[in-house]
Amino acid sequence: MRIGVVTFPGSLDDVDAARAVRLAGGEPVALWHGDHDLQGVDAVVLPGGFSYGDYLRCGAISRFSPVMTEVVAGAERGLPVLGICNGFQILCESHLLPGALIRNNHRRFVCRDQRLRIENASTAWTSDYEEGQEVTIVLKNGEGSFVADADTLDRLEGEGRVVARYLGEDPNGSLRAIAGITNEAGNVVGLMPHPEHAVEDLCGPGTDGLGFFTSVLQRVLV
Amino acid sequence: MTQAPIALDTVARAAADPDREQPWADLGLKDDEYARIREILGRRPTSAELAMYSVMWSEHCSYKSSKVHLKQFGESMTDQMREPLMVGMGENAGVVDVGQGYAVTFKIESHNHPSYVEPYQGAATGIGGIVRDILAMGARPVAVMDPLRFGPLDAEDTHRVLPGIVAGVGGYGNCLGLPNIGGEAVFDETYLGNPLVNALCVGVMRHEELHLANASGLGNQVILYGARTGGDGIGGVSVLASETFDADGPAKRPAVQVGDPFMEKLLIECTLELFAEGLVAGIQDLGGAGLSCATSELASAGDGGMHVWLDRVPLRDSSLAPEEILMSESQERMMAVVEPAKVARFLQICAKWDVEATVVGEVTDTDRLVITWHDEVIGDVPPRSVAHDGPTYHRPYARPDWQDPLQADRAEDLPRPTSGADLRATLLRLVASPNLCDKSWITDQYDRYVRSNTVLAQPENAGIVRIDEETGLGVAVSTDCNGRFAKLDPYAGAQLALAEAHRNVAATGGRPLAVSDCLNFGSPEDPAVMWQFAEATRGLADGCVELGIPVTGGNVSLYNQTGETAILPTPVVAVLGVVDDVARRTPSGFPAPGLELLLLGATREELSGSEWAHVVHGHLGGLPPRVDLAAERALAAFLVEGGGSGLLAAAHDLSDGGLAQALVESALRHDVGVEVDLADVAGGDAFVALFAESAARAVVAVRPDEADAVRDLAARHGVPLTRIGATVADPVLTVEGEFSAPLSEIRDAWSATLPAALG
Repeated sequence: MRIGVVTFPGSLDDVDAARAVRLAGGEPVALWHGDHDLQGVDAVVLPGGFSYGDYLRCGAISRFSPVMTEVVAGAERGLPVLGICNGFQILCESHLLPGALIRNNHRRFVCRDQRLRIENASTAWTSDYEEGQEVTIVLKNGEGSFVADADTLDRLEGEGRVVARYLGEDPNGSLRAIAGITNEAGNVVGLMPHPEHAVEDLCGPGTDGLGFFTSVLQRVLV
Repeated sequence: MTQAPIALDTVARAAADPDREQPWADLGLKDDEYARIREILGRRPTSAELAMYSVMWSEHCSYKSSKVHLKQFGESMTDQMREPLMVGMGENAGVVDVGQGYAVTFKIESHNHPSYVEPYQGAATGIGGIVRDILAMGARPVAVMDPLRFGPLDAEDTHRVLPGIVAGVGGYGNCLGLPNIGGEAVFDETYLGNPLVNALCVGVMRHEELHLANASGLGNQVILYGARTGGDGIGGVSVLASETFDADGPAKRPAVQVGDPFMEKLLIECTLELFAEGLVAGIQDLGGAGLSCATSELASAGDGGMHVWLDRVPLRDSSLAPEEILMSESQERMMAVVEPAKVARFLQICAKWDVEATVVGEVTDTDRLVITWHDEVIGDVPPRSVAHDGPTYHRPYARPDWQDPLQADRAEDLPRPTSGADLRATLLRLVASPNLCDKSWITDQYDRYVRSNTVLAQPENAGIVRIDEETGLGVAVSTDCNGRFAKLDPYAGAQLALAEAHRNVAATGGRPLAVSDCLNFGSPEDPAVMWQFAEATRGLADGCVELGIPVTGGNVSLYNQTGETAILPTPVVAVLGVVDDVARRTPSGFPAPGLELLLLGATREELSGSEWAHVVHGHLGGLPPRVDLAAERALAAFLVEGGGSGLLAAAHDLSDGGLAQALVESALRHDVGVEVDLADVAGGDAFVALFAESAARAVVAVRPDEADAVRDLAARHGVPLTRIGATVADPVLTVEGEFSAPLSEIRDAWSATLPAALG
């Protein structure tokens, strides 16, 4: 199964996402921001980083990259898309997901091992988890505070579209401790923490993040 | 550069108008240096030439006060030390062979003065500069570290500089996608007004990918690429790096560079792609002294001359004068020498990465660096005279008369805790002290996971990054220095810094291979400071010979003083080691109960310069712990072999805060309790056993069924070994017959300090 990983100018965790795909058993395919071409991949990861230096607003420029036209069109057709951290920000800027990510409430970048609860285990990217399962993966962001208006939050909660929630102290001021959400169809997931950094025992806090990448392989195989 | 020249100062004009008064003194040149420039050129320099010489002959670029001492590192190097060296001192960074066809380059540099003036940008561009040095060797940067030093934690200025410096290190490094795998954060009153921001970068390449800075090949094109040149950092080198801060002086903010890590990330990826396609004949990063440095160094390292059309340099500010363009320290710029047939492809790759690239010069066979501005010659110099023939000073130095009384005032004579309850209180006070407390307020602002090869990071003994996923080959790096020890005895202090970094690397399982150093001192014009510098470099050079590891490069930062008060002499030493299989690395945290705790090395009554003396008595005096590099070597061999053969469940080096601090840090890591009996340590003196800072020691945790094998290994290496206790399930630290303290209480004290002070 071929999973595309997009490199924008300033993407940082693209190599990590590609490695995670490989360790999960998929074939990573490098996609370039400037191409109108998804190379026929079965799913797409928008990786973390500081695309375009976070200038203007995180994700605000990348959203206009040529490749995003194809990603948006694909997502609307049901292509599984996972946006991690900066990728989540790009998904929000692209209006594939509601809400926005703003500066952490404590105004500092934070990098730590973060406990999460998987709230929705039926999306394209979380089906290998159990609902309510607690996992620890890496959190690292400067602008990771998820915000949306109360109606949107209520709708996300009501429709079961909160994918993951922070456990313990809220690390960045996200409303309702939301760490990740999905679209109505469940194929597009945005996640602020980094599952691609938790796929090997040696280089991260365990392997709890691998499930995001194995889940999509199941989906693609179906 | 306050006034722009009224008319363009050309070589022709300089010849016609030989007696024009020139602002050489304002540019930091001494009268004899200016006279020497006139002698080299046979006329007065043009203003452009004067700008170039002034920045390149500054202390920062020319090492004029330090180079007579730095020579020792090369002169004392043995063949055995030279063996892993692919590139030694003098290039952008040293390169060592780590096996399996891989080479690693690493270097540590200072960005102290800019970080005091503008903490965020100063620290950020410190990271940016060292990363470009590594990139210029042909290597992919893979990790950074940041040894930092600040004034007292409760000082007002520390609250100005610390958050900015930490945010700058993080803001730049995080945005580059480089994991921060370690460093230091040390507080001492002498750093108030003189914070130290040292930055280290590690890069990896295949042997065949090594690139050196030179401009060979007649007709080759000189391409400037990256950010445009602006007015930032003009005179940064000569103004900032070579003067002490004067409270009444003019504001120097404009001399600090402003960084754009996004551009640097593009520059990294673009440059690595240029290397991969074989498009680069020579390369140099633009850092201190900007174009003056890059053009003169590239030209003098090549076999000819260079012509630079300075008016072709893309500018951010079109009003810049040629002298300012030559001196600008705008960040995120590189200069490459490219064969004419490869220029088109070079420019194409730059365009792919949205990196602006411009042909600004050409390699000539004139042996001259000629600079023109709209067809008028504004500079015509022998490139070596700018880059390498700067002045050499034999600064006077003398052991200060306060050194004897300082050494006579021993901390061993200070009042000590007399009961178990006192020891308990001392331990809790020390773990909460700024130098020993939890540093995660700082390190949590750094991405330590990006690139997914970080095997160990702070607060481990050393950082480890994997460089080959298949074989598990990796490198371990640690930076260390106890400036108090160096104040008490600079020769021994430098060796203790080296020994500690060496020990830390070995404790993780890394086989020490090479050294980089960042020598931070006060004013070289003070004979006492110069004596400290001479002693420290001599100590470091001798120590490297004894440990058999070479200095591969580094940096000197002088003038770290406010008025008469110099900083503690701070020779920060980075040691890099090889880990054959990172899966076998030794972590520092005690992983489980039921492990035997063994103390390696001899504990002496050595308290002078210790954290205990500093925190409890505010005292600095006496002699530092004894240096025994043979014992360090033996201990390292034990730790590397024990770790590599899987005998060590955990290991922690003993240094600041002694055994007490090591036990606390290892126990807190996984909340595993500790029960120790110190009757057999330091003659049964529990205070000395816990708080002495004798060198060449470590504590290890081993499975009971492997304890005998570990004893044999220690005996074989001649390392003294004492069983001191075991790990236990109950999360409590117990010192038999003295006291016990719940880990939760210790953790509360240890972790509260920085958040309470910094918010």
